[in-house]
Amino acid sequence: MSDSPLPAAIYRTDRALRDGFWIRALLLTLALGFLLLFLFLPLIAVFVEAFAKGYGLFLESITEPDALSAVRLTLLVAAIAVPFNLVVGVAAAWAIAKFEFRGKSLLISFIDLPFSVSPVISGLVYVLLFGAQGFLGPWLKAHDIEIIFALPGLVLATIFVTFPFVARELIPHMQALGSSDEEAALTLGASPWRTFLTITLPNVKWSLFYGVLLCNARAMGEFGAVTVVSGRIRGLTTTMPLHVEILYNEYNSVAAFAVASLLAGLALVTLALKTYLEWHFADAISAKSRH
Amino acid sequence: MAGPSISFTSRRGDCVAVTASSWRQPSILPGFGLSLAITISALSLIVLIPLAALFLKAASAGPADIWAIITSARTQAALRLSFGAALFSAILNAIFGLIIAWVLVRYRFPGRRLLDAAVDLPFALPTAVAGIALASIYAPNGWIGALLAPYNIKVAYTPLGVMVALVFIGLPFVVRTVQPVLEEADADIEEAAALLGASRLRTIFRVILPGIVPALLTGFVLAFARAVGEYGSVIFIAGNVPMFSEIAPLLIVIRLEQFDYAGASVVATIMLIVSFALILAINGIQSWSRGRLGHV
Repeated sequence: MSDSPLPAAIYRTDRALRDGFWIRALLLTLALGFLLLFLFLPLIAVFVEAFAKGYGLFLESITEPDALSAVRLTLLVAAIAVPFNLVVGVAAAWAIAKFEFRGKSLLISFIDLPFSVSPVISGLVYVLLFGAQGFLGPWLKAHDIEIIFALPGLVLATIFVTFPFVARELIPHMQALGSSDEEAALTLGASPWRTFLTITLPNVKWSLFYGVLLCNARAMGEFGAVTVVSGRIRGLTTTMPLHVEILYNEYNSVAAFAVASLLAGLALVTLALKTYLEWHFADAISAKSRH
Repeated sequence: MAGPSISFTSRRGDCVAVTASSWRQPSILPGFGLSLAITISALSLIVLIPLAALFLKAASAGPADIWAIITSARTQAALRLSFGAALFSAILNAIFGLIIAWVLVRYRFPGRRLLDAAVDLPFALPTAVAGIALASIYAPNGWIGALLAPYNIKVAYTPLGVMVALVFIGLPFVVRTVQPVLEEADADIEEAAALLGASRLRTIFRVILPGIVPALLTGFVLAFARAVGEYGSVIFIAGNVPMFSEIAPLLIVIRLEQFDYAGASVVATIMLIVSFALILAINGIQSWSRGRLGHV
């Protein structure tokens, strides 16, 4: 048997198709080592540092008034920014996925624009518009309207950085589904709103949820853009990430990591939900490869 | 050119004439005007007008001042660090991202799906949290910093620290662009190559890699673009020494805090122009690979 050419060919083919043991061991070690060093170690560090001085101090750090007001402000900003982007994202996806018009790819590029703008610049543009020395600054001051160093500025900067999330997840899904369901409903006499609420929304609910999930995670964790517009007035305009920064710069490491661990917890819940959605509704969420 | 005109009777019984204008194809679906109006108003108010204000502010500084800001040693040092560190970290991410994608797609081992999910952590973890965590690990008394200290290697508070942070935030981009291409790659072609007598190395370099290159390039550019503008994860570990470990986004924040709006706008505009060039590059890569391979 051994001098027959067939087993040798099979053996060679098999070797050419699969990495050898040592190659596999090497690549696996490199991949795991890299992920351990750059992903898992930072995550573990957050929780270790948060509980470094015991559970009591951790609890104290996250229940002191400034921390609580930071939590409240973060939730409030997300509660305004996320629904706004939800409505705009659904509208954008409807226009882009269901209709053919000229300038569509330009519109998509514009919607994606915030992803390629530095977060700091996302905040800067509003300071240039609404800040004391900005284009509209004097007018706003005369009318006693505060945008920069106040809630509206935080909300605007957050909406800017999270603008593309919902539309990006919805557009490819709605395009893939086509319009025949809606056309059938309309032909059978359903009103436009009824068609949208009972046909379109249920069809895309998982990718919509997926987009909102990512949008929310980014909205609550945004740092660079809100740094610029916040003014860091403690207890008033500090969101959780900004509160973390203040505590860290005051060398209050335990408190900084305690608040940071709440945000890390949010990230882990987001990842878990995201992974669950991807495993169970892989077809509905085709956008896994994009952020 | 006028499009075709269709008239039909709506539910309420009145006759509606739909004349498709030349810029859009006719459709019986409602809501085009409303949804496009919402999209364009929000886009203009939130994104386009504010960005236009930035360009206007930068331009209003006047050519002499703009040149002085661009050529100032501090601006140059900050831009060099931001772009240099971003380039280095994107290269590192391209190499390890490819290895991680390969391992996740081709190998079966316990915990693989968990690892796959964990790759997205940098997208989900707020940048400030990543920043303080990395700073504490790589500080001279941190877990890794203490290991490196005897060899006189300083990571935190040096440009090396900037790169570490940028590697962290750029990691998912290459993995997530290469992974689907590897998953879809046909094993048939590899088998054919092997049956035709190609060695494993030859198969990898002549059959597998060419198909991945466009995705790898896209992931590389995405990681690079993200790294150039990154702020939150960097400033804690960088130490922020002017001319040494100060990144361009931080320089923008510092100029703003000094009420030097023109200085901030000019640096921001340079960064934006480069980012836009990068988007064009990505689009170029994608249409090139579509033309070449028939898919992205």
